[in-house]
Amino acid sequence: MTAPLPAPLAKWIAAKGWALHPHQQAMLDRADDHATLLIAPTGGGKTLAGFLPTLCELGENPPSGLHTIYISPLKALAADIRRNLRTPVEGAGLNIRIEDRTGDTTYTQRRRQRADPPHILLTTPESLALLLSYEDAPKIFASLQRVIIDEIHALAESKRGDQLMLLVARLQSLAPGLRRVGLSATVEDPPALAKFLAPKGCNILAADPGPDPDIAMLDIDSDPPWSGGGGRYAIPAILREVARHRTTLIFHNTRAQAELFFHDLWLQNTDDLPIGIHHGSLAREQRERVEAAMVAGALRAVVCTGSLDLGIDWGDVDLVIQVGAPKNVKRLVQRIGRANHRYNAPSKARLVPANRFEVVECHAALDAVRDHTLDGEPRGAGPRDVLCQHILLTAAAGPFDAAALYEEVVNAGPYAALTRAQFDACLDFAATGGYALKAYDRWQKLLFRGDKWQLRDPRAAAPIRQNLGTIIDTETLKVRLRNRMGGLPLGEVEEDFAATLTQGDTFLIGGQVVRFEGLKELTVEVSRSPGRDPKVAVFNGTRFATSTLLTRRILDIFQQESWPDLPAHTAGWLSLQRQVSRLPQPDRLLVESFPHDGREHLVIYGFAGRNAQATLGLLVTKRMEEQGLAPLGFTCTDYATLIWGLEAVHNPAPLFDPASLREGLETWLHGNAVMKRTFRNSAIIAGLIERNNQGRRKTGRQATFSSDILYDTLRKYDPDHLLLQITREEAERGLVDFGRIEDMLARVAGRIDALRLTRVTPLAAPLFLEPGRIPVQGAGRERLMQDAALRLMQEAGLA
Amino acid sequence: MGKKLACIFCPSNILGGELARSAKRGASPPSFPRPRPSRGLQPAPACAMRRAMTAHAFTLSDAALSALPSGALHWPDRRLLCVSDLHLGKSERLARRGGALLPPYETRETLSRLDAVIEATQPETVICLGDSFDDLTAAQSLPEPERLWLARLMAGRDWIWIEGNHDAGPVDVGGTHRAEVTLGPLTFRHIAAPAATGEISGHYHPKFSLRGQSRRCFLLDRNRLILPAFGAYTGGLRHDDAALAGLMGKGAIAILTGPRAIPCPLPDRP
Repeated sequence: MTAPLPAPLAKWIAAKGWALHPHQQAMLDRADDHATLLIAPTGGGKTLAGFLPTLCELGENPPSGLHTIYISPLKALAADIRRNLRTPVEGAGLNIRIEDRTGDTTYTQRRRQRADPPHILLTTPESLALLLSYEDAPKIFASLQRVIIDEIHALAESKRGDQLMLLVARLQSLAPGLRRVGLSATVEDPPALAKFLAPKGCNILAADPGPDPDIAMLDIDSDPPWSGGGGRYAIPAILREVARHRTTLIFHNTRAQAELFFHDLWLQNTDDLPIGIHHGSLAREQRERVEAAMVAGALRAVVCTGSLDLGIDWGDVDLVIQVGAPKNVKRLVQRIGRANHRYNAPSKARLVPANRFEVVECHAALDAVRDHTLDGEPRGAGPRDVLCQHILLTAAAGPFDAAALYEEVVNAGPYAALTRAQFDACLDFAATGGYALKAYDRWQKLLFRGDKWQLRDPRAAAPIRQNLGTIIDTETLKVRLRNRMGGLPLGEVEEDFAATLTQGDTFLIGGQVVRFEGLKELTVEVSRSPGRDPKVAVFNGTRFATSTLLTRRILDIFQQESWPDLPAHTAGWLSLQRQVSRLPQPDRLLVESFPHDGREHLVIYGFAGRNAQATLGLLVTKRMEEQGLAPLGFTCTDYATLIWGLEAVHNPAPLFDPASLREGLETWLHGNAVMKRTFRNSAIIAGLIERNNQGRRKTGRQATFSSDILYDTLRKYDPDHLLLQITREEAERGLVDFGRIEDMLARVAGRIDALRLTRVTPLAAPLFLEPGRIPVQGAGRERLMQDAALRLMQEAGLA
Repeated sequence: MGKKLACIFCPSNILGGELARSAKRGASPPSFPRPRPSRGLQPAPACAMRRAMTAHAFTLSDAALSALPSGALHWPDRRLLCVSDLHLGKSERLARRGGALLPPYETRETLSRLDAVIEATQPETVICLGDSFDDLTAAQSLPEPERLWLARLMAGRDWIWIEGNHDAGPVDVGGTHRAEVTLGPLTFRHIAAPAATGEISGHYHPKFSLRGQSRRCFLLDRNRLILPAFGAYTGGLRHDDAALAGLMGKGAIAILTGPRAIPCPLPDRP
């Protein structure tokens, strides 16, 4: 049993007329346990539950020294918790120092915090990594008693969580009595998350989840469009709902869509309802202004993205509107939880499908929420690129013993099953580059000296610190309309994409077709190009794929005789598809082929999620190339891949032979851009190459050779290198997602329905409007490239 | 010559900070694991017949020249081959200076490309147009197998090292060392001189994008030819980069490298 609440705090709580929730009391009761995972809905006083044991242990007049470290995935959350925690602490007159430390904290303050740490430090995984890379880390953390990890369910989905658990293991070595607390929203597999937090045993506490949410489709007067993701047809209906509620959060799946929607919303907002916008691409000041207005109750609605999935509790939100299909039921449930105006009152949420296909997806998601089924793919073992970075971080803090570090690493949940041989390979990589050719004996990064590993050159610690963290930002360039007025900003495109453009190329951005005029500084200048087909479209790498659970439910809906629950337009669309072709079935693979607009088309309804469908597009077009079918490109959604080319595919079955698809992944897919991107990210995290930062890019020194060359070189000369092993592992999930292709092939077991049709089918039609077309770099395109060059030469009178 | 020029190809971002410069050399050279057959890297043409189909022939100051798809320049009448910016020893130099420990295979990759193009063209004269070594120390600390490989390529040929901004000064590997060299109507130097004619140079590592693909390229106009970088670990500079502004005249073309050499006009500058 732990100490009781300090008398002043108990008195303060009583004076407010509050009582502790059962799960808050339970956290106090288990304060001495090694690790506890608390699962509670938003608004359930989860954060206070996490801090209560700390407040009890610190008491009225605590000794100096760091007692508790709190880690959140968001900087804003750390600052917000500081304010919220100070209310009871100051109200009760407790003498407890609470400070936050993030990328926004000033240099002087950060220095002072290292010399004289507060009792409670609120921070992010990246700031904690930096703190632990300093030589004085053992001194700073010697008195540490508790670590609280907030929103651990979100962190556990990415490499940030893997890194954080390595850092917690390090903290545990510096402060052996450390107790771990994880705070989580509802998840599908609590024991797995508990293992992630503490592999050597962890309590699981579940708070009362509260009543079921009030969730339904939004009533909209007009029909959704065939394609696109804006949901702008629903603006009048959404404005009506905003007027009827106190505060509404309007979630979008992407920033671009949120921007476009917000723009149109304002044009139709004749009642001048105060509405703001919030997403990750906006300047910090702008986001803070919206947050402050929201807290002050000055806004009736905020158009937002995943940037508001986590974080600050706004007690006043009484409606959540999700625009666009939720790709994942678990995230939908967590978003719905944002409408938590009263604990123990049902959250209210409405779904707005952005196009007809999403009508089906939204229905599937509603059913899943009502059935209390959550999706989630189990995460594999902790990625070794993160471990390589952790080894460098450890070396930056001072000499270390390899055996001791290994013991520490397996005390981190994601690395509990790591073998000593795997660890040693990572250490060798960090020290020598880990090449089969031992070329760097004289220039090793880490040296074994005395009986410890240490940096060969202590000055190497600075670049290691600059490179800490596992978030790899995509390099983006702003796109502006070139005109007299200085240029209207349209959005951002990835730098890789911008580099492929030549003057006159047309592409799609923000829903309009523009013509590339040139690069000016770091801005892509374009002009309007109305009425022309885009030659190329912006390809945004990381988009969430629809979960296996949801796609399965959608296929089930397709099997119904009729669709009385679906709106007439969608039911009619599905009936028409059944009439002229077929509807996809769970245990069969539907493949349609038809001519359209002078090109041959092939549609594969694999229902494997966007990333796997893209990989399938790469694998199948490669096989088509080999068979002389001259594919030119493909595009994909979560459900289907559309391939176009010069020749018709009359017998597609051989294209889906599982053995040769797998062979394709093993061999030539590794030469593909997606694999190269995967390699690049791992190479940055592991410390082989440094991340580009904005400041350097501005000097115009862009003449670096790309990491693609390193990838090709390693594949040729050192195919078993650690980074290639890591890249292969990543290919099973994430951007390549080959695991889901395997699942699909197993489900289908060779039952392929190949239909040759005379024209575009109803289900295929929306695919033609999809952005993100990927060209196939094959013989066909090489020929087109030569033709284009020849034509240009002739036009220029040079040939 | 050119020593004082700031080098736009010393990429600070991928290579990390420049740290320790002091360390001694002298360890024995490592042995070579055999490379796997290439998939991702471009092969050089296998025979003269194929080369004739895949190269791009042109004249400069009345000299009949051929831009090979590998990025090398062939002058059949003089049995001369020219390559630029090999940057041998680049990964060693970076590691020596405390930067990244990059895969240490780029020298053999560059040599195997050079080997292939020499095998295909059987030149009497080879001109390396500067920045052949990433620095002079890299040239001196070339591992023994690679030094021998290079010596075999040089044997029986007239081999000319033009000095570049990375490797100014003589290199201890044989051959002739020249700041620049004039043969008939053509002058070979590392960095283009704006007023020159009949000039062959390197230095800029030009590249060009066509239909969404970026390739290393030659740049050619009435007065000069700029070669692409031949080395494996070399970046590229877009043809429209400010550093190249004013060098190429009207009617200039790019000759893209790749499976075959593709000539393409440079768009007029706005």
